[in-house]
This record gives sequence, C-alpha cells and structure tokens, in this order.
Amino acid sequence: MNHSVQITVNGESSQHDVEPRMLLCHLLRDSMGLTGTNIGCDTSQCGSCTVMLDGKAVKSCTVLAVQADGCEVTTIEGLAGGDGLHPMQQAFWDNHGLQCGFCTPGMIITAVEILNRKPDASEGEIRHGLEGNICRCTGYENIVKSVVAAGSRASD
Amino acid sequence: MFPASFDYHSASSVAEAIEMLQKLPDAQLVAGGHSLIPAMKLRAAQPANVVDIARIPGLDGIERDGDDLVIGALATHAAVADSAAVQGACPGLAEAAAAIGDIQVRNRGTIGGSLAHADPGADYPATMLAFGAEITAVGPGGERTVAAADFFVDLFQTVLDEADVITSVRIPAAAGTAYLKHPHPASSYAVVGAAARIAVSGGEVTACALGIGGVAGKAVLADAAASALIGGAASDERIAAASARIGEALDEPLGDLYASGAFRVHLAGVYGKRALQIAATRAAG
Amino acid sequence: MGRYVGTSVKRREDPRFIQGKGRYVANLSLPGMTHVAVKRSPYAHARIRGIDASAALEMEGVLRVFTGQDFKDGGCGSLPCGWLVPDTQVPDRPIVVIDRVRHVGDSVAVVVAENPYVAADAIEAIDVDYEPLPVTVDARGATDEDAVQVHEEIEGNVSYTWGLGDEEACRKAFAEADEVVELELVNQRLIPTAMEPRAAAAQWDAAAEEMTVWTTSQNPHPIRLLLSAFTLGIPESRLRVISPDVGGGFGSKIFHYPEEVIVPWVAREIGRPAKWVATRTESQQTDSHGRDHVSVARLAMKSDGTFTGLDVETWANQGAYLSTFAPLIPTALYITLLSGNYRIPGIYGKVYGTLTHTVPVDAYRGAGRPEAAYLVERLVDLAAARLGRDPLDLRRQNLIPKEDFPYQTPVAFLYDSGDYEKLMGTAAERADYAGMRAAQKQARAAGGLRGVGVVCCIEASGPAPSAVAGSLGSAVGFWESGEIRVHPTGQVSVFTGSHSHGQGHETTFAQVVAEELGVPIESVEVVHGDTGRVNFGMGTYGSRSACVGGSSLVRSAEKVRAKVLRIGAHLLEAAEEDVVYDQDEGRVHVKGAPDRGKAFGEIAFAAYTAHNLPEGMEPGLNFVSFYDPSNFTFPASSHICEVDICPETYEVGIRRYVAVDDVGKVINPMIVEGQIQGGVVQGVGQALTEAGVYSDDGDFMTPTLLEYAPPRADLLPGIEVDRIETPSPHNPLGVKGAGEMGTIAATAVVANAVLDALAPLGVTHVDMPLTPERIRNAVEAARGA
Repeated sequence: MNHSVQITVNGESSQHDVEPRMLLCHLLRDSMGLTGTNIGCDTSQCGSCTVMLDGKAVKSCTVLAVQADGCEVTTIEGLAGGDGLHPMQQAFWDNHGLQCGFCTPGMIITAVEILNRKPDASEGEIRHGLEGNICRCTGYENIVKSVVAAGSRASD
Repeated sequence: MFPASFDYHSASSVAEAIEMLQKLPDAQLVAGGHSLIPAMKLRAAQPANVVDIARIPGLDGIERDGDDLVIGALATHAAVADSAAVQGACPGLAEAAAAIGDIQVRNRGTIGGSLAHADPGADYPATMLAFGAEITAVGPGGERTVAAADFFVDLFQTVLDEADVITSVRIPAAAGTAYLKHPHPASSYAVVGAAARIAVSGGEVTACALGIGGVAGKAVLADAAASALIGGAASDERIAAASARIGEALDEPLGDLYASGAFRVHLAGVYGKRALQIAATRAAG
Repeated sequence: MGRYVGTSVKRREDPRFIQGKGRYVANLSLPGMTHVAVKRSPYAHARIRGIDASAALEMEGVLRVFTGQDFKDGGCGSLPCGWLVPDTQVPDRPIVVIDRVRHVGDSVAVVVAENPYVAADAIEAIDVDYEPLPVTVDARGATDEDAVQVHEEIEGNVSYTWGLGDEEACRKAFAEADEVVELELVNQRLIPTAMEPRAAAAQWDAAAEEMTVWTTSQNPHPIRLLLSAFTLGIPESRLRVISPDVGGGFGSKIFHYPEEVIVPWVAREIGRPAKWVATRTESQQTDSHGRDHVSVARLAMKSDGTFTGLDVETWANQGAYLSTFAPLIPTALYITLLSGNYRIPGIYGKVYGTLTHTVPVDAYRGAGRPEAAYLVERLVDLAAARLGRDPLDLRRQNLIPKEDFPYQTPVAFLYDSGDYEKLMGTAAERADYAGMRAAQKQARAAGGLRGVGVVCCIEASGPAPSAVAGSLGSAVGFWESGEIRVHPTGQVSVFTGSHSHGQGHETTFAQVVAEELGVPIESVEVVHGDTGRVNFGMGTYGSRSACVGGSSLVRSAEKVRAKVLRIGAHLLEAAEEDVVYDQDEGRVHVKGAPDRGKAFGEIAFAAYTAHNLPEGMEPGLNFVSFYDPSNFTFPASSHICEVDICPETYEVGIRRYVAVDDVGKVINPMIVEGQIQGGVVQGVGQALTEAGVYSDDGDFMTPTLLEYAPPRADLLPGIEVDRIETPSPHNPLGVKGAGEMGTIAATAVVANAVLDALAPLGVTHVDMPLTPERIRNAVEAARGA
C-alpha cells in the first residue's frame, strides 16, 4: 500500500504518494528530479547520497522515503539557500576539491556536517570525519584542504 | 539496491508496535534503519511488514539516574557519543558510540536497533557485557529486563521474542571504562572491539570486566583475563599478564577475507590489553 | 609560463558539479523511459539447462524478458577484442550468454520494466536452471594439466604467449652474474571502483532511424565504432554515442560492455527509451578488473652493484573472455617497462595470457606499468639488501644518465627525456632521506618497526604512434582529433576526441587554446564526449589527453593562426612577412607598429563575411587536426615513503609520503598535482587495502564495498608533492602524462617501506595487500625459519 509523504526539500514543501520500499534517494532523484544526490553503492558505504535530514547528514540510500514524512531535507541543490555558493561549495572550487564530481555533493554535505559539529576541526579530525565518504579521484588531499579552508581555523 | 515490496506501519506507541508485531505476518521493526535497510537493499531481508518505531515519543532520552545511565532505545549513536552525561559517566560507552560506522550512520542508527540486530561486528555488544548493562524490552507479556550477559545468544540472535521492543538500556556509571576497535578497512565493522571496565580502590583492582566483540559469533566476556587482574595493582605488567588470557574466552573465532579467526584472537589480546590500560588510568584518575 | 599555460586556472567544470548539476547518465530521464535490469549468474561456471521467465512476465510493470538467443537472433554480434598479439586465441563473448556462464555476474537474461524496483523484482523471479561445473580461477593454475578448460577450443587456457627482449643477452648476463636475486610475487587483482557505477541509456528515433546511446565511457567514438561494426549493427551515420559527465573511469570505462549493446537493442525492439544503471554490486562483479599477475623474476648484477640482466616470466589472468584491450596490458604496456629507470643490458620477459572463470581483466590505472614498477622496484630493494647497500644509493648507481637520452631500452621503448638523478635527488632532499634513515635507526633501537621506502619509476604515457600500435597488435590507431571552430564573433569552440571523466579537460584545453590563439579563456568553450558534435577521436586513457589530444589542438591552433595572420595582413594591406601575430594580445599587427593592427575578433568576422579575403582563400575559420604522436612520452617519478608498523598488531601507519614527479611541461599545476595525489592514494590502496578475490570455487568474495576497501580519507596523513620538468621532445606542448604516475610509484614505494620495516625480522617478501595479518604471518614464518 502506498503512503502519502509530505516533505520539505530545500525549503519547498511537497506531497508524494510513495511505495513503502522507495528509498529517500530515489524520491529525491526520480520523483523530484534532484539528481545532484548521487548513488554510488548499495551498502551505505560510499556517502555519495548524503543529504541533510532535519539538519543532520544522513545517507539517503538508507532512509525510507516514508521515514522522511514531515521532515526537512537539504540537498546539494539547496545547500546555498539561494543564488550563489555555500562557503563549502566555494572552498571545494577554490581548492580543487573535486575531479569527476560524482562523490562531491555527498562530500560537501558531510563536510558541512563536520564543521557544524566542530567549526575549528583539525586536519586529522576532518580526515576522520570523512570516513563515511569515498572519493576515488582526489586522494582526499584537496578535499581535506577545502574543508580546512572553509573552517574557522583558516581565518585564525 | 531496490528492496522487495512490503507494507509499512508507523507505530505511535510501544503498545501499538507490539500489537502490530503480533498481528502482522513476517514483521520487522525499523528505527534508524541502519541494520535492516541495507539488508533489504541487498534483498537479504525481505520482510512482508515493517513496523517503524522511530516516531514513538520519549524513547530517545539519555539520562543519569543515580549511579546509572539510562539510554532510550531510539537514542542515536551520535547522541550517545556526544552526550556529556555519557562521556562523564561512562567514557567507554561514548567511545564505542563514536566508533560506529561514520557520522552519517551515527546520525540515524540507534542503540536499540544495534542491540536487537546483534551483529557480531557491532561495537555496542562488547560494551554492554563489560559495563554490566541491563536491557529492558516490552512484549506482549509486559516489560522485562535482561542482563547483557544473558541478552546475546548467537550470531544475529538475542533472547528477544518476535514481538518484543527494546525500550531502554541501563548502564552503571563507571569512570574506568574504555573502548578500542580495529575497524574493517571496508565495512568499518569491528574486526576486534575491546570494552574494558576497571574499578580501583586503595591501589588495587577491585572489579574488572573485558568484553570482546568482532571475534566470535557474539560478543563475549574475557573472564579469565579480567579475574586475573583483580586483587592487585593495575600495572602495565599485570595488565599484560592478564591480557595473555584473553584468548581463553575466544575458542570459536570467526574469520573473513581480511582477518582469520586466529588473527582476530591475536588482535583481541592487544586491543584488550590497551583498553584495560586506558580503563585503569581512568579508574585511577 | 604563459598567460594561461603553466598557471593554476580554477576548473571551469566545477560550478555544475559543486551545485549538483552534473550530467551523469544515471540522471537522464526521457519521456516513456523504461528500465533495464540484467539477470546475472551466481555461478562461476555452469551450463544453463533452462530459463523460466513466466513468473517475471506476469508481474505488473514488467514489459519484456529477453534471453541470449533473442539477442543473437536479433542481430547482436559478440563483443570483439581490439588488441591481438600474434596467435591470440579469442574466445567468443556473447552479449548475453546462451547456454554457458563463465564467471559470476555473466549476463543470463534481460528484463525491461516500467521502473527499476519492478525490474529488480522480475530479475529475482526469473528461474534459471543451472548445472554447476568445475572451475579454474588462478592465473598460473589455469595452465596446470588438470585445470578445467574455460573454453574447449583454447587448449591449456592460454590465450596467447608473448615474449620481448634479448633472450641471449639475458642468458649471458645471468651466466656471468656475481649476484642474482630472485622473487616470486603476486600482483593482486584490483577492482577499479569508479564512484559512478556504469550506466547506459538509449533512444531510438524510428522515423529518422537514428539511435542515440548515452554511456559511461571514456571513449565514445570507439564505442560507436564497435557498436556499429560488431555488436549492434547500426551504421555510424545513424548512431550517436554520448558520454556526458562520467564519474571516474580509471580504465574500467574504456571497454565495450554488454549493456551498451543490450540497452539500445532493447530501446529499438520495444520502441521506447531504455536505461540501465549498474548497482555497485553489478559494477564490482562485471566491470573489467585490473592487475592479477603471478610472476617469477630474477635480477643479475655485478658485485659492485651494476645491474646486468633481468628475466621475468608472468602469468596474466585475463578472465573468462578477452576484454576490449586485454592483451595489450600485460604485453606492450608491461614487458616494455621492465627496464625501469635503469641501464639493464640483458632483459627478457615472457607472459602467458591465461583464461579463468573470473571477470575479464583489462586496463586499470597504470595498466601494466604498475605491475612492472612493483616487480622491478622490489627486486632492486632485494638487490640492495643482498649487497648491503642503501637502496637509494644502489638505484642512483644504475640510473640511466641524463646524457644518454633519448635512451633505447632492450625492451623496445625509446625513452624521450629525463633526469632521474635530479628527480631522485629532489625527492631525497624534500623527504630529508638521510634524516629519515637516522630516525629509523633510533626508532629501531627503541624497538620500533620503522621503514623507509624509495622508488624511481618509469611510465610510458600518451599512446601511441598508430603504426607502432598496429605492429604490436592494435586493431585501431591512437591518434587524436582536435578541432578549433572560431565563430564569426571571435568566440571559440574546441572539439576534442579526448574525454574528461575528472581530468578537467574543459579547463586545461581551454588554457591551451586561449594561449595559442591569444584570446581570453572566457571566450573558449571545450566540447567532448559526443559523437554527434565531435570528430572521430580515440578518447582518454593511458595518460594521453594532454600529450595527444592537447597536441592536436596545438596543431589546429597553428592552422588558425596562419589563416588569421594571412587575413590580417590582407586587411592591413601589408605583406604577410611584415605582420606579426601577437599571442599576448590576440592581434595581428604590422611589425614595429602595434597600433596598426586587427583584433582576433575582427579578423574572425572578416573570415566569415568573406567580403575581403586574400585571393583564392576560402571563407570560414575552422580547423581540424588529427595528431598522431611520434613516440610515447616517458614520465618518471621518485617517491619516498616512511611507515611505522605496530610491533603488536602489525598495522601499517604511513608517517610521510613524498612524491616528486617529472611529467614534462605542466599546463595546469593544480590539476596535475590533483592527478598525482589521486593516483598515489589509489596505488597505496593496492599496497595496503585492496584485493578483488575469487574463492577456489569461483565465488566472488568482494562484491560490495563492505568487502572491497578503497582508501578512505585517513589512510594517509597527507601527500607532499613536488616536481621537476624535462619536456618531452615528442609533442609541441612538451608534456608527458600525469594521470597514472602516482599510482605506478605508490604501490611499489609503500611495499618497499613496509618490507624495509620488516627487514630486521628477516622478512623479505609479503604479497599485497599488506594487511596486518599477512605481515604477522610473514613475521612468524621468519621467526620460525
């Protein structure tokens, strides 16, 4: 039996009739056309699909869409909250924190979570904080550099 | 990647959840979903009904109750790891919570879900054993509280009945606790997880427990090692000597591609020793 | 350094990626699109006795189920192999098998459904009656007398045997050697694991009889060629292949895969667009894997440390079928690199390409070259240990001296340029190698297991002179096309046959063209990945884009400049020899009179109005070049790595990693550094964490990211990158490939560091990945010995 899901994504509320088995990542991608949230694995390992669910980074491949009923979701498309770039997006651009771009949306959302939790996170803490996101291109070096640059330590 | 079909039911109370579990055929509980949903995506689990308890109010508390910590089943790993109450009362538990998966997983996964799933590579079970936790569940016959030592039965198996819902976990406060793990490089599950609890009085170890996860089908207590430490100083030498006996508790180790059972036993000796050292320092502190 | 070339221009492709607007194949949604799923074999080897799809076909939302026979009857040809060394026996590789599966994941049936959930349900509902058969999985074991035959017609499971070098000189070197070190090693199977799983989509326009295929490919033109000539049979003129944004490839997306045929065939058959997106498990199961060698190698030397001979015998696992370029990798990209950076007069290498019940093995980042580097660099360390020499010092003694370039190796390659002494010296200085060794002494004295690894590595990049490739077995050429289309306003569109799947071509090639033409980079757009827009091109792999693709653009820019100059002179009423093309300003002006000039845009406009062109000149300003390189380029690297191994747990911790590379001239240092860093971490992954594993029964043990471990962010503490530049004389940009050097060096240097740490315990070899347990087992064995 399908369920009705009311969800606020990037500030806009909408209603969806979903099969219980539909994953949040598929609701976002297929029903709402928000394809910035990528799917890179099927075991909750890679972090490509990371979005903010009620302000916390989660892997949207491991959340049923029905579980997000009544929740607020922020995807990469809405991270900046309007025109322009979120400081983390800008930092990734400035520091060559991406190559193929596939892991990037999830990486940026996770990076925002890391700094939300600890604005002055050290390089080591950032490396550890990225443990749930796999990037195969960059060797993480410039991702870490980007997050450091976006953190409060950079302005010390 | 695409779970098989099922019907979804959101429970608004524990009683309703129990009723659903009793009534609905082939029903599974879901809360954070970080044990069940991955299995469903690989179609290793195909329940006909899923009962969601995530919206039941009042089950996610983390409180100090006298000499105990009481943690609601829906408390996420992140909430436990970040809790000042947990960090203060039982640092080893906060360490275990912080060692689970990754931040995204910790933001969703719950302590109740982890315990009910009883994955041999999970981080919590060893701490529950070592720290003397009691797990409270409610079922058709009412509420019951089970000591952690009696709770875990085998690989993915607990004493819970099909219609039981874990509601809370009670853990005695203990400054002398620590948790260390060697994570699998791919899954980040514990290849070995060691949870140590030590109490020291007058320079002597008066109580000690060591839980080892990741090695056998379920987490186990290394009793011989723990007993060997009691009744003397928590010196590095005595801890090392006691740790040499950790393997006695691990007579049926499981292995995988990454680490054989024998190697896990070896690692357990090292990680157990280190966890005991940290716990001893904290106990003395 | 020019205005653009040599500078770290921020990437122009990034705004879409960081805002979630990447155009990956999986994102494609077309009206009426159907979803394709593939039923795959759970067995490594089995006979199919029957397929019952009746339950699947009854499911709501299931449109069709197709089997191998349907594809065969429907005109699909088998997947071809595009590189055949002499006497290669090529097994038939159907798009979907008919009666026999030969590896876990082999395609058995195809479902078309209204959505991917239903498609997955239907896959599960198809009942296949298998008769499991015995298997062979091991690269060398496949050649055993009693090994199971993978294909009846290919006796002994040896698809080809290939040797290269001077066998006589090699034999002599060993006969006269003072010292010989010997090593048997496994270069384990790896799974490329690009973060974007493979995907394909297709739309058939029945009225126009035109097919559009979207595929996650590194080379859409060769895929169109193969689809047209071998597998799908639609003429190239009616077949458009688009590889939009592709989420990493690392070689695995070079090859022609069954799904690229299945999806367009289905779309035409059912008259609706179709899409297939691999799950991660499918990708790990069916993407071509990398490496998987077993080798026996010997190095001969004089007592003073001079290398004199190298003898290598390798069994290269090719899997159940020959993937598109499979035989190239362990032959012309492996044996040819066995000279390393050293003078070794007598080299002979021989390889057996063997067939097993495993997924095909083909190019994976480095492709043959990391296998060679690992083997050579391990042998050199063993040699140093035998002679009691410092490994860096022994390398230095045997390096090919700067003045010997171009250097002809005994294994076919002519190294273009290099300064290995300076390269290694820079690395040693940057790492404070002497300080590291002193610290190692202290650490050892304190009971620690500290190791320092040093390597000097070579790569052949930028394939390849087409005639040479042809003589070595290639069925195609390895030139590249580059078109510069100057529009009437002076805006520039650049069309390259290279393909970016992370490398940043939209930036790098804009830099090159803006520099060459003297126009603002903002006025240059780069188009790639679409056979409907771009001239035939060969795509991106083998670190060839800048060397070959970039050079083709330089050639086209030269042609543009020449015409602009002529038109400019004409408009200025000056003789051609009296005007200059000012590349800083993008103007043509009279020599000595910069004010008397015409801007690039004015001249472009004039070229299109054609009101006043030189006598006989055609209008327009549009040039294509097909650049065929005269040689490979030969990047080199010297990396140094410092590790600590925990004496209790045997966990390896990397303390420092210093990478000094020579990739010739650099167009965009930021991008090149990024390539090196990413390459290094992939190489470290092979050394420490990654292994694609089949059980003896052919079960695939590493199908998800729960078992297969690509490095995470905390595997290294950071990478210190530096470089020297010896320009390649073989291309107009002076560039050498940068995409694979990091990977080639990293595996070897980490292995050397770990084994250096273990040397005091008597351990001389551990096969990768160097997991704590493998290290402990080696230590225990050495203790017991």
